[in-house]
Amino acid sequence: MFELLGIPPQALFGQLLLGLINGSFYAILSLGLAVIFGLLNIINFTHGAQYMLGAFVTWMLLNYLGVNYWWSLLIAPVAVGITGVILERLFIRRLYHLDHLYGLLLTFGLALITTGIFKQIFGVSGLPYQAPPLLSGGHNLGFMYLPNSRAWVIIASAVVCLATWFVIEKTKLGAYLRAATENPTLVGAFGVNVPLMITLTYGFGVALAGFAGVLAAPIYAINPVMGENLIIVVFAVVVIGGMGSILGSIVTGFGLGLIEGLTRVFYPEGSAVVIFVIMALVLLVKPAGLFGRTA
Amino acid sequence: MKSRFVLAALAGVLMSGTAYATDVKIGVMNDRSGIYADIGGEGSVIAARMAVEDFDAASKDINVEIVSADHQNKPDVGSNIARQWYDTEGVDVIADVPTSSVALAINEITREKNKIFLNSGAATSDLTGAACSPNTIHWTYDTWQLAHGTGGAMVENGGKTWFFLTADYAFGHALERDTSAVVKEAGGEVVGSVKTPFPGTDFSSFLLQAQASGAQVIGLANAGGDTVNSMKQAAEFGITQAGQAIAGLLVFINDVHSLGLDVAQGLVLTESFYWDMNDGTREWSARFEEQTGNKPSMIQAGVYSAVLHYLKAVEAVGSKETEAVMAKMKEMPTDDPLFGQGVVREDGRKIHDSYLFRVKTPDKSEGEWDLYETVATIPADKAFRPLEEGGCEFVK
Repeated sequence: MFELLGIPPQALFGQLLLGLINGSFYAILSLGLAVIFGLLNIINFTHGAQYMLGAFVTWMLLNYLGVNYWWSLLIAPVAVGITGVILERLFIRRLYHLDHLYGLLLTFGLALITTGIFKQIFGVSGLPYQAPPLLSGGHNLGFMYLPNSRAWVIIASAVVCLATWFVIEKTKLGAYLRAATENPTLVGAFGVNVPLMITLTYGFGVALAGFAGVLAAPIYAINPVMGENLIIVVFAVVVIGGMGSILGSIVTGFGLGLIEGLTRVFYPEGSAVVIFVIMALVLLVKPAGLFGRTA
Repeated sequence: MKSRFVLAALAGVLMSGTAYATDVKIGVMNDRSGIYADIGGEGSVIAARMAVEDFDAASKDINVEIVSADHQNKPDVGSNIARQWYDTEGVDVIADVPTSSVALAINEITREKNKIFLNSGAATSDLTGAACSPNTIHWTYDTWQLAHGTGGAMVENGGKTWFFLTADYAFGHALERDTSAVVKEAGGEVVGSVKTPFPGTDFSSFLLQAQASGAQVIGLANAGGDTVNSMKQAAEFGITQAGQAIAGLLVFINDVHSLGLDVAQGLVLTESFYWDMNDGTREWSARFEEQTGNKPSMIQAGVYSAVLHYLKAVEAVGSKETEAVMAKMKEMPTDDPLFGQGVVREDGRKIHDSYLFRVKTPDKSEGEWDLYETVATIPADKAFRPLEEGGCEFVK
């Protein structure tokens, strides 16, 4: 049997696949951030908390109302999206004409408050969530055992990412959105309700975070800090991809998942920093990010 | 002139009103917001208060004040708080302090300031070994105890080859080192290990490496959320079904509660305390649960026991002078409803029985917190590292 850098190829395939699965989470979360930043110019630091909210809503739906995982996939993102809409109407709306920094401070504060409330109520140990029957078990691929729940994450996130990309880049609605990003006043003059569009866009971006939370519920520990650990990495992903670039965030999300996966094999201690090293390198060479356009 | 006299008289009255023979201030420092907040956190503060109440300090002419702070699992944050507490806020004792890296820092500062450190939360056995201090008592558990409890039991049951998933900081390294020693001593072999960034979320990649190693036992040298995530994912990837055993080397009752019995059932683990052992533990735990909503972890129980013993020593000595109180704590046997009778050894190691538990199957559990059955009791004299093997420099 041949070996690649001292690692048997089966192990390598397995690790690449796992990297892709982690990349799915990065992609879907950074996509939400990119959509929000692209249209609202808001650096949404509550994204991690909203991801956590998605997982908690899924848990509550099952434990308080008996709603199963598949319905949660629909209900939880909508519920989290609605909290986003309320947030936008009440607070974020007032910051559009100000510097980025204010949006960042507001959303960061909101994230701390949300996480704090959940810590107070549920503690930090986390809550158990049983995967639905269809997602428990898995398949032996020869080079690794792939749990159904993980395979489902790749499929679901690839579909959602592509659909989002398609809507924004290829449809009339997407064209309005992109036009409103360029020049809101002009688009408004054509009779498009720009403020409503912005509100809904924020709601949609937040719903994406909620969706990622539902996907995470059967896999990761559901606890109030689950988003905090992830969000910093996701921000790095967005920066590497280019702030506001839809395609960029999807491609870098999956790509960095792969790179991180490989680091876990060759130098596990470095897997927590590899993404930030790449971010620093990219910023040195291409300050606007890999897919970003310089204004 | 007259007003000055009134003021002086008033001050005199005030002072006599609050004057106690001894004033002690205990600082409970731990993780109040991160992944170790449930095993210590506010629960440890409540446990310390319960000790003060049960001791009935006020009637013994001792005034106890309890303060608390969040070290965020960061040694620099913890060190700053400790210096501020000792230097400007008159704190005499720091209690709890989980997260070994922070505990080692507080251990040094406490020695330098000649105060007292009652550690319940941290695991590293270095606190009574290479880094031992005459000012520190390591109360509840340590990595040597865990390694010999869980590790020893696994090797005895035929788990000869091991692969470690190790949290990449002082605690994980110490736990891996101590468990490896047990495995090798029993004729087993360590085939590999991987250092995982702390805290982590996704352990699947590391679990796959452990699987590929073909080891009979995968040792989890991590804690809290890391353990919960790695066990949840081990179940997901069918690792135990494929024949490898998981050894949770440091598992707290809160982790098992969080995992749920479906995932955690059958897991063998070592703890120094479980709420459902006898009437004393049940009664105390019920009072604790009333205030916190949870059953106590062994760390929280340890904070209670340590603070209680400290107050008894202060009463016996009649002052809070460090050397005298430390000497008294080591001379006097310990006795409380949670850990029973025990002693504090010369090197600062508190000695009591240790227990090997197995997590119940869902059909055997009769309640939310009915989680463990006792497999074996490891007697106090076998539970902890022998004094002469620790290498503590001031023990002759």
